[in-house]
Amino acid sequence: MYIEELLTEKKRVIVRKWFDLTIETYPEETRNFLKTPAEQSANPVAETIHSALQGLFNGIINKETTGTGVASYLDNVVRIRAIQDFTPTQAVGFIFGLKDVIREELMNDVRRHGMYEELMAVESGIDRMAAAAFDIYMRCREKIYDLRANEVRNWTYRILKQSNMLREHEGEGI
Amino acid sequence: MAKLPKPEELSKIDYKPPKTGCGWRETPVQFKEGMYCFGSRPKYLEEVGFPNAREWKPNEEDWKLPENWKDIILDGLKERLEKYRSFRLFMDICVRCGACADKCHFFIGSGDPKNMPVLRAELIRSVYRKYFTPGGKVFGQWAGARELTYDVLKEWWYYFYQCTECRRCSVFCPYGIDQAEITMIGRELLNLIGCNTDWIAGPVANCYRKGNHLGLEPHAIVSNLEYMIDDIEEITGIRVDPSFNRKGAEILFVTPSGDLFGDPGTYTCMGYLMLLHEIGIDYTWSTYASEGGNFGFFTSMEMAKRLNYKIYAEAKRLGVKWILGGECGHMWRVVHQFMDTWNGPADFLEEPVSPVTGTRFENAKTTKMVHIAEFTADLIKNGKIKLDPSRNDHLKVTFHDSCNTSRGMGILEEPRYIIKHVCNNFYDMSKNATREKTFCCGSGSGLNAGENMELRMRGGFPRANAVKEVKEQHGVNMLANICAIDRAVLPTLMDYWVPGVSVCGTHELVGNALVMKGEKKRTMDLRLETLPGMEDSEEEE
Ligand code: SF4
Ligand code: SF4
Repeated sequence: MYIEELLTEKKRVIVRKWFDLTIETYPEETRNFLKTPAEQSANPVAETIHSALQGLFNGIINKETTGTGVASYLDNVVRIRAIQDFTPTQAVGFIFGLKDVIREELMNDVRRHGMYEELMAVESGIDRMAAAAFDIYMRCREKIYDLRANEVRNWTYRILKQSNMLREHEGEGI
Repeated sequence: MAKLPKPEELSKIDYKPPKTGCGWRETPVQFKEGMYCFGSRPKYLEEVGFPNAREWKPNEEDWKLPENWKDIILDGLKERLEKYRSFRLFMDICVRCGACADKCHFFIGSGDPKNMPVLRAELIRSVYRKYFTPGGKVFGQWAGARELTYDVLKEWWYYFYQCTECRRCSVFCPYGIDQAEITMIGRELLNLIGCNTDWIAGPVANCYRKGNHLGLEPHAIVSNLEYMIDDIEEITGIRVDPSFNRKGAEILFVTPSGDLFGDPGTYTCMGYLMLLHEIGIDYTWSTYASEGGNFGFFTSMEMAKRLNYKIYAEAKRLGVKWILGGECGHMWRVVHQFMDTWNGPADFLEEPVSPVTGTRFENAKTTKMVHIAEFTADLIKNGKIKLDPSRNDHLKVTFHDSCNTSRGMGILEEPRYIIKHVCNNFYDMSKNATREKTFCCGSGSGLNAGENMELRMRGGFPRANAVKEVKEQHGVNMLANICAIDRAVLPTLMDYWVPGVSVCGTHELVGNALVMKGEKKRTMDLRLETLPGMEDSEEEE
């Protein structure tokens, strides 16, 4: 028996619990809305989070906890949480919820089969994801500042260009 | 920016928000950076005679309000309850069914319960109950009433400037309660004591004095357009020759000033110039009524009326027959829903008739102002212009309905009709996110400042998400629209959420496809970028 088999068996319930835990990070009045299944376009935050958590969990099962696939799932969620009412820790902390859920769901089996090392490997995978999530978070926050600067540039570009305020290399003047 | 935690702190974090233990009514608002705009500078308020001009900062304790601010607000509220029957009704008839609650893009994107439309309205409704209903006067909070305090006032300001007056929520309300109008009145009341935003007050003052939001003077407007005319000549070999402030022209053309200076609005503007040249109509630009937009609409009805009047005064001065308006959003909400009561009917103008097709625009019978999307769709329908849609073949286009033109006046088909004739690849977004149910850009109603970027990214997320869907399904790379604010803010929204999707006005696509009499072989699009397949012909030249 491998831990991956256990994880696969319990995939539905683990992802659901992890999702619920993530939704718990939102204000009470909002949780119901986020937990009610809807079309992607009607409830994009919940749907994006849900499908990303599924993707990330598959990554754990398949031992793919780094790489572009995982990064893009992380990006989908962290990009949202980076502009919501969260501190940096809260924004990426949802990832650790998976550890709690897995322990809760698998602890008996882990004990019975003595799979502590395997569990630790899984948890290291989760830690790797969390570290990557932090990098993404930082990039998103930097991006917010860039957006502001770029917007001003787009707006005034023509005026500056016309009044010869830009140097030879377009854009250098601003 | 907050400090990054250490690894050992990380593993111990509590990811549940702390329980406040009290309801929304008692929770004072926290001003969070990135979520609100700067307070207006005194000079802007002075220029238009708005009250309580002073330096102030929204995140500071003291807002420097007049001593009797509470009386001013309550008197203002009373006056408006008497003046607008709809407003009184909106205060009374909400049954809290919750149908609107999850329909606001700010709520969807932020998860902040105070962005539920029903709670946004409750901000003002609770005060209304306290002072204007017998139940509220007697039973206080048991009847959902609350005192108007300094904190409540701050909360109004914070959340009425987190509503883009987009009316999406009202589409879902069984009683048709229009939160946009509640927000408008909320902002109007705040304006009575000088609580505005700089981003709105500046354009209002500029427009009042110089005719456009940026305060561009006549020579700057002409030179901006000339710059575009040079580009058009480079692309087509044809020099278009528009007139300015010409008395006796048949049509006055007015577009938002964003089209005059900011990319990608300028490309849309080139599209207008080319089209109006090609069909050879007798029209003129004005360097005085040089703004289609109306930021006055985001302060008070009275200010909006004053700014709107400038366009009609100019039409009268020039002696034109009717007005053709460019691609704008709130400009049209103002014209379609308010202009007639404020400044209409414009009897000195004639009912607009297209000089090319003879079509009578009956919908503009009293306002005498036609949206260019209607005008161009009519040209295409009557086969009056020659188009080569393959010049837009490098684009996979989707269309963003701007809230004002779709929900505000029902322009749903015309832009799609145009796009389908000038492009070969068009993909509509989900029905949840288009037409009457369109999601706002997140930056309308004067919220398109830079300092509230986080708010804008939250509010724009549902729109961006729908774009992402068509990008993933069909490879969409261009987001078309008919609104100048959209052209200014959607590129930023795409940059954050859906990189790889550009933004354009619908008439930029028209300009690309338009086959002009005597034009040279097109090798570039309106952005002066080489058309696919034309790389060699560029080198030959
Ligand atoms: S009008 Fe638009 S922004 Fe305002 S509450 Fe309704 S949905 Fe939200
Ligand atoms: S949908 Fe209308 S009646 Fe229902 S809660 Fe919202 S505003 Fe009130």
